[in-house]
Amino acid sequence: MNIALIALVPALPALGAAATLATGRRAPGWTKPLAVLPVLTAAVLALVVAVQLGTGRTLDAATRLTPTGGPDISLAVHLDGYTSLISVLVGLVACCVQIYSTAYLKTDPRYPSYAALVSLFTAAMLLVVYSGDLVVLLVGWEVMGICSYFLIGHHWETADARSASLKAFLVTKLGDVPFLFGIFVLAADAHSFRITQVLGAAGHGQLHHPTLAALLLLAGVAGKSAQFPLHTWLPDAMAGPTPVSALIHAATMVAAGIYLVARLLPVFLLSGAALVVLAVIAAVTMIGSALAALAQDDIKRVLAYSTVGQLGYMAGALASGDRQAAVFHLVSHGAFKALLFLSAGVLIHAAHTNSLTAMSGLPGLRARVPDARWTLGIGLVALVGLPPFAGFFSKEAVLTAAEKAAAGAALTNGVGPASAVPTAAGWIVLLAGSLTALLTAVYATRLWLLAFPAKAIARRGGTAPEPGAPYSPELDEADPGQAEPAAMRWPLWVLAVPAIGFGVAGLNPDWLPALLDGGSLRPSANTWVIGTGLAVAGVLVCWATWRTVSTRSGAAADPGRALLGRLFGPARQGFGLDRLYSLLFVRPALGAAALVRFLDREVVEGYVQGSGGAARLLGWLVRRSQSGNAQTYLSALLAASVLIAVFVAVGA
Amino acid sequence: MNALLIALLALPLLGAAATLAPGLFGADPTARGRRALRFNAVLTGLVLALAVALAAGFDHAHPGRMQGGVDVSWIPALGVRFHLGVDGVSLPLVVLTALLSFLCALYSTKRPPDGEGTPSALSFTGLFLLLEVGMLATFLVLDLLLFFLAFEIVLVPMYFLIARWGSGARTASAFRFILYTLLGSAVMLLGFLLIGLHAGTFDMTELAARHGSGLSHSTQLLAALAIGLGLLVKAPAWPLHSWLPDAHTSAPTVGSVLLAGVLLKMGTYGLVRVLLPIVPDGTATFAPYLGALAAVGIVYGSLACLALARAGRGGDLKRLIAFSSVGHMGFVLLGIASLTPVGLNGALFANIAHGLITGLLFFVVGALKDRYGTADLDTLAGASGAALYGRAPRLGALLAFGAVASLGLPGLAGFWGELLAMFGAFQPGAGLHRPAFLVFMALAGLGTLLTAAYLLVVVRRVCMGDPAQPAAVQVAELRGYEAVSWTPLAVLTVVAGLWPALLLTLSDPVVKQLLAVG
Repeated sequence: MNIALIALVPALPALGAAATLATGRRAPGWTKPLAVLPVLTAAVLALVVAVQLGTGRTLDAATRLTPTGGPDISLAVHLDGYTSLISVLVGLVACCVQIYSTAYLKTDPRYPSYAALVSLFTAAMLLVVYSGDLVVLLVGWEVMGICSYFLIGHHWETADARSASLKAFLVTKLGDVPFLFGIFVLAADAHSFRITQVLGAAGHGQLHHPTLAALLLLAGVAGKSAQFPLHTWLPDAMAGPTPVSALIHAATMVAAGIYLVARLLPVFLLSGAALVVLAVIAAVTMIGSALAALAQDDIKRVLAYSTVGQLGYMAGALASGDRQAAVFHLVSHGAFKALLFLSAGVLIHAAHTNSLTAMSGLPGLRARVPDARWTLGIGLVALVGLPPFAGFFSKEAVLTAAEKAAAGAALTNGVGPASAVPTAAGWIVLLAGSLTALLTAVYATRLWLLAFPAKAIARRGGTAPEPGAPYSPELDEADPGQAEPAAMRWPLWVLAVPAIGFGVAGLNPDWLPALLDGGSLRPSANTWVIGTGLAVAGVLVCWATWRTVSTRSGAAADPGRALLGRLFGPARQGFGLDRLYSLLFVRPALGAAALVRFLDREVVEGYVQGSGGAARLLGWLVRRSQSGNAQTYLSALLAASVLIAVFVAVGA
Repeated sequence: MNALLIALLALPLLGAAATLAPGLFGADPTARGRRALRFNAVLTGLVLALAVALAAGFDHAHPGRMQGGVDVSWIPALGVRFHLGVDGVSLPLVVLTALLSFLCALYSTKRPPDGEGTPSALSFTGLFLLLEVGMLATFLVLDLLLFFLAFEIVLVPMYFLIARWGSGARTASAFRFILYTLLGSAVMLLGFLLIGLHAGTFDMTELAARHGSGLSHSTQLLAALAIGLGLLVKAPAWPLHSWLPDAHTSAPTVGSVLLAGVLLKMGTYGLVRVLLPIVPDGTATFAPYLGALAAVGIVYGSLACLALARAGRGGDLKRLIAFSSVGHMGFVLLGIASLTPVGLNGALFANIAHGLITGLLFFVVGALKDRYGTADLDTLAGASGAALYGRAPRLGALLAFGAVASLGLPGLAGFWGELLAMFGAFQPGAGLHRPAFLVFMALAGLGTLLTAAYLLVVVRRVCMGDPAQPAAVQVAELRGYEAVSWTPLAVLTVVAGLWPALLLTLSDPVVKQLLAVG
């Protein structure tokens, strides 16, 4: 295969970004083609590369980027089924976001810089996917982070966007620093930054500290993929434009962490402790985010917490040793979550508010957005995981992986021994995953009932958003009076197709599994019954509660409040984790900064002043001796002569 | 090559002398000043062309060899030789110096260094050219006493630049700058003399080739301590940094750019060129302490910046960038202290990267100070932020770019130096206490996080903001001459970030020689 072809895939969007920035102001007519065409070409090339590679083959190529004095850093590619699948997903999603944005940000004067950042982001993500060198991967990883920072801060006029962008970068950076050290640990033992060498060293038992490396890497993964305890940036990141929330902060960038663990799974399989830690992280993330999603009033924040939870499923599959299931869920989630966000974008556009409470008081809403109503419904069913939608198969694959791991027969598919996965990890993921299936059904049903209440109830509702609830409102981009342009409607139906049908790809071992590790992705009977039963139960519980509270109050009421009870307040505020962070990190850092300011003024400055003072003191002493008093001089002379005489006498 | 080296020093020196010739630039004071500044730009442009020619003629296949050797006896009685040469370590620094000098000279033709109570532009030109001689000579000479001489030449013009063309408490700052560094270099001279007396030569290549043989351990210790102290003041290492923020706050824009971009590098260059190869035993003894100072400096510098960046603390933007230099130079020192090829490569890379990025930042901040009349962050930002993205988008974008580069974003120049310095500390040289260096590395990692925090806070308060908030002044957008004199720095930041081999292939063979590891 031609290496230049592979190199063009990440290079084209990067060049497109540079060109968009360069011409943005002088030739605004060029912006749209420069934004869409390079990304489109890269997506096509990614598909071509994937087709040429075919199934069951890998490709490695490398050239030295730079010497370091130690292990070289190389521009390396490592292609296999995983890179094929994810690069095509990224290309597809990036095309959708660019096309959707041409309509969504039509009147935005800052569209050129926005489009350039999305292109640069695409390039960085493709670099992460293709790179066979950990340092070059880190380059893409952090460039993605900075693009995300700028995109969240797109509406820098608003205080929300300003603080959300800062928070997103710093929280992910908090994970990236240990991540870098994790790369050091791996590279020091493998004597190389190349992923193939690292995996080779892992296979030959040359990694001396796999647990340490895995845990350090997990910090970066938790930051990027929004896992507990570093997930708090994602709900706030919804202050960015909706296409960005949909595709970058739901379908692609946040999946990078999952992809990385899948890539380095042999290293993680060397450490049972790391897998258990990952399982606990995934479990806490899943349950906590589902509870928080149930209490949000901002539709985008509900979806953001839902993203956090679904990423928890993927992390859980990895903790169970099955990277196939993780990537399966990654792709199907990418489709249905992008669909949900874009539908929500249309809904917000029409209702002119993010608030679900306010939406429930708009009786005409369901007739106003017929397309979005359908696609939102499809997306929610896929999220809940009812057969035969995509989410059903991929979620069942995760639960099946957990079930097998709990039984001590993890589906590692030849990546490592099944015994490498502790049964505890499997149990934790299985229990948390089942509970989350129930909760997911509840909050998805709640979202639907609040957004499109029965007409009789809607007419009686209020239209004000709830006071005190956290919102991430976006400045309105388009005129709400008009129906959405075609470019905002047809991507919904394009995405609806995989959201409905992608799950089938896992059924036949010759289809998706052949591209990946070759194991089975079929759901087992046990998890099939449990998972679907819990999901249906969740839907019914939510519906019944809603009926009850709405009838009692005579208006559209929030079933989440009744179901969560006392938990509702804390869940709405994300369980106060932000306050905890402020206490643990922000305030100590600011305190230390104040201390340094004090030290620099009083202590470091003190010895500078002190040395000046010492010189003055010396001068004063010398000056004192020059008093001009003959008696003093004579007595000093006499005293000194006596002393010398004594010294000489004693010495002799 | 030999002629090039001599011309590199002779050209600005002759230029400086020419400014003393009466009547050469005409009689009318305004026209004279304009002509002088243009003369300055042309001359520094020629020097840059020479430096580029030097880089082009440099034998890139053997960066470890000292090239273009001029070696004649100068003061036979003391054994001082006029010995010049470049290798893979000094070449990038020479080019950086020539580039920054040219950009500063170009900038001052359009934005002359004037103001209340400033001397004529003619004297500015003379001092500027003298400064360039000193800076270039520091990186070119290969004799210890000559190195000391070059080191000192720089101080005088810089003192006047701060004291005469500066702002605020400029006299006090200039005094502090010169006294502090003079005290440091006096101690350094003692160290040089100690080496010269014991080794019988001041020639740096010869001493480096000996790798400390012939110098007893105690001599090495004493010499390393004395020389190190002088160089650390210049670098500046915590806690010897307190001259830097004041000097930067008071210095004019071009003074700040050169101070940060070149003068600080003289200290770290000295550590690599003199301390490491000539007194290796002494250096190895002090390396852990150097690493500790570096790690504390990184965290301390970024915390000080964080304190300055917060709302309502009256932080000065120039002071903040100056403190950020303490943190960034900490990475350079950490790389050197690791005594590994990786760390040393990282240190030398970070040296150049810091020159480019901080040079750019001081240019942008200087322009902001011109526009607003103050660099006080609270005045600039007001309640919500200065909204530079909206009022002067290109200026805002450049500041954001500089900040992002400065926080070490991978793919830009700032990253590779920090990465390699930390990787060096992760696997420090033989005989060094590894746990201690792991702690230093962790502190440095914490420093990168804090650095990101304060730089993004600055971006939030200066670039972002509510445009509805009334502006303190009407901010002019990026001007033509500003774009011309700053763009090269931004472009090189990207180039060095995407193609680190550009510098690392030059330095890698040299550092292996300096460390005598192959």
